[in-house]
Amino acid sequence: MSDLMAAQKAAADPRDRGGPAQPMLIVDGFKKYFPIRAGLLNRQVAEVKAVDDVSFFVMKGETLGIVGESGCGKSTLARLLMHLIRKDAGQLILDGDLVGEASGILLDGLRRSLQMVFQDSSSSLNPRLPIEQSIAYGPRVQGASRQVARQQARSLMEKVGLNPNLFGQRYAHELSGGQKQRVNIARALALDPRLLILDEAVSALDKSVEAQVLNLLGDIKKELRLTYIFISHDLHVVRYISDRVMVMYLGQLVEIGPVDTIYEDPKHPYTQALLACRLNMDPHERVDAAPLAGDPPSPVIPPPGCRFHTRCPYVEDVCKTTSPGLGDVLRLSPKQHLAACHMVHPRSGHSSAPAFAA
Amino acid sequence: MVSQMTSLSPSQAAPHPAPLVRVDDLRVRFVSRDATVRAVNGISFDLERGKVLCVIGESGSGKSVMMRSLLRLHPKKRTVIEGTMSVAEHDIGALSERAMTGLRGSLVSMVFQEPMTALDPLYRIGDQIVETVRRHEHVSRQAALARALELLQLVRVPSPERRLRAYPHELSGGLRQRIVIAMALACRPSLLLADEPTTALDASVQIQILVLLRKIQREMGMAMIFVTHDLGVAAQIADQVAVMYAGRIIEYGSAGDVLLAPQHPYTKAMLAATAKDQDRSLALEAIAGSPPDLRALPEGCNFAPRCKFAGPDCTVATPPPITDAGDHMARCIRVGIVAHKLTFSATTMPTI
Repeated sequence: MSDLMAAQKAAADPRDRGGPAQPMLIVDGFKKYFPIRAGLLNRQVAEVKAVDDVSFFVMKGETLGIVGESGCGKSTLARLLMHLIRKDAGQLILDGDLVGEASGILLDGLRRSLQMVFQDSSSSLNPRLPIEQSIAYGPRVQGASRQVARQQARSLMEKVGLNPNLFGQRYAHELSGGQKQRVNIARALALDPRLLILDEAVSALDKSVEAQVLNLLGDIKKELRLTYIFISHDLHVVRYISDRVMVMYLGQLVEIGPVDTIYEDPKHPYTQALLACRLNMDPHERVDAAPLAGDPPSPVIPPPGCRFHTRCPYVEDVCKTTSPGLGDVLRLSPKQHLAACHMVHPRSGHSSAPAFAA
Repeated sequence: MVSQMTSLSPSQAAPHPAPLVRVDDLRVRFVSRDATVRAVNGISFDLERGKVLCVIGESGSGKSVMMRSLLRLHPKKRTVIEGTMSVAEHDIGALSERAMTGLRGSLVSMVFQEPMTALDPLYRIGDQIVETVRRHEHVSRQAALARALELLQLVRVPSPERRLRAYPHELSGGLRQRIVIAMALACRPSLLLADEPTTALDASVQIQILVLLRKIQREMGMAMIFVTHDLGVAAQIADQVAVMYAGRIIEYGSAGDVLLAPQHPYTKAMLAATAKDQDRSLALEAIAGSPPDLRALPEGCNFAPRCKFAGPDCTVATPPPITDAGDHMARCIRVGIVAHKLTFSATTMPTI
């Protein structure tokens, strides 16, 4: 981390507005409740608490990994960041500027700075556009001339390892999964963004292609000074690519910290169980019992107290009634490690809790 | 009548019981007006009763095509299948359509990757299992329903009585996959074909399904062919591992041999390319290039264009299988046998 900071200070980015210590992105108290409507009058009967009061920040030049089971709200969070769906509450601060408010920057500026790569590489490409035009589409919409946009698309294709003369005129169905994902990355880069949200961007790829795309992401990150939010359920890949990791469970942030601290010394029982689900390559060391039983509870009626208490091996009475806090995520230094668990907080009432703050 | 047409007559198989599955030089081509796709190019293996074979390969390596051939699920008109396949001494190629339908779901059944497409969205879970049971066994609806309940308990579905009345969309992905496995086990098959059954699931659910499948497989003494592209999954479940590339098995052996001491450059490269606690400052050792075009396969070793150790001698002819005393096989001309063990050496000349 420290050499990363030093590298950032050494070469100031002209796009940088808030200075190197200003986080690229600050998310403060994001909420998204999806209403469930039913009955004759189509009244709201309940709501799905998909993202429930999530706050975090992403430093410049950092890769923040987000992990969690399906349904934990990690993709909803990504879509909220991109403003693809409207948030119910919360603020987004991009490099010091409030997004979407009178005093801040407009959504248009946000969309230029923030781009997203989706999991399904084929459904995110227009089947009726040659890929060169697919990549040039963004710059064209933002006002570039046909010639300039085309030139830019061709240089981007080279950057992601596709020969523009060979691939430029092809359609999405003529490409393999890995090639399509390269096109998606090129298209995300077309507006010269500062932050890429990679939502399961390599999950659908074969292992050998996955490694190629991961290497490509590493290269262009250095070259274009990007910041990544990397969402994945593959814990091996997240460890390889991330500087910091945040763990989500049922719409809430349960643990956040530097990648090695999280992987070597996870504090939250959910993180511990999730890490235990990684498969060992040694056939002589097989898992006999699944570390996490059952499915996560319904986000419509989340359990009271700690949301994980229904599956937690260390559950005590306090967990069923009091929801454990995470601490002030927005004030923490990038090197700090926080977990929302009564076993970590001093005098929480859990028998394993420390007596004093460490 | 038909079942006696296999190549194995009882007298031949006297000393050892014949393997449950025997595949000999299987070749599958898909013919269309524009091109012929050679999906499987000569696969042979045996599988004993109660054993688990994991087939590892990337998309387009022919692993699913091979599985579907075992159940004859390919469109008849456009598929050319050569070679012989037998399951429990039924010659799959020679069975009548009627006998084949009887075989599917009873002797051999299959679990697919995407449970939502394998279930009918318009029928309750219970009715779908009952239908499978009654198709193969002459039992009353009541008895079949009781069996369905038993099956849901077997695959550890919580509150099974309620789930029997549920529709597929009311269940989570993990539960749906359990239901599909329950349906596949409905008639106590001797062979279960599983085509990436855990790929679409979360890591936490994947491990639940793997532990469950292994337990059921052992208890029922069922053989299993398990297709996956995840080496970690193979390590969890396989007795034997076959690695496929461009429609051929290029390495075969016990799970320990193939995953811990791989000899074929492709298997080695796959293991090296998998992200797993590497140094983050180094790039991953990705395999350059992409898998070959199955419409126009190159001469010789199909992996040669992407192989670090390839030379002009690699593209002369298809490398023959080389097998050591422990039944560890690799198809690579740089692999020889040193002290009864299969050994790769970047400089070895062919030893045949």
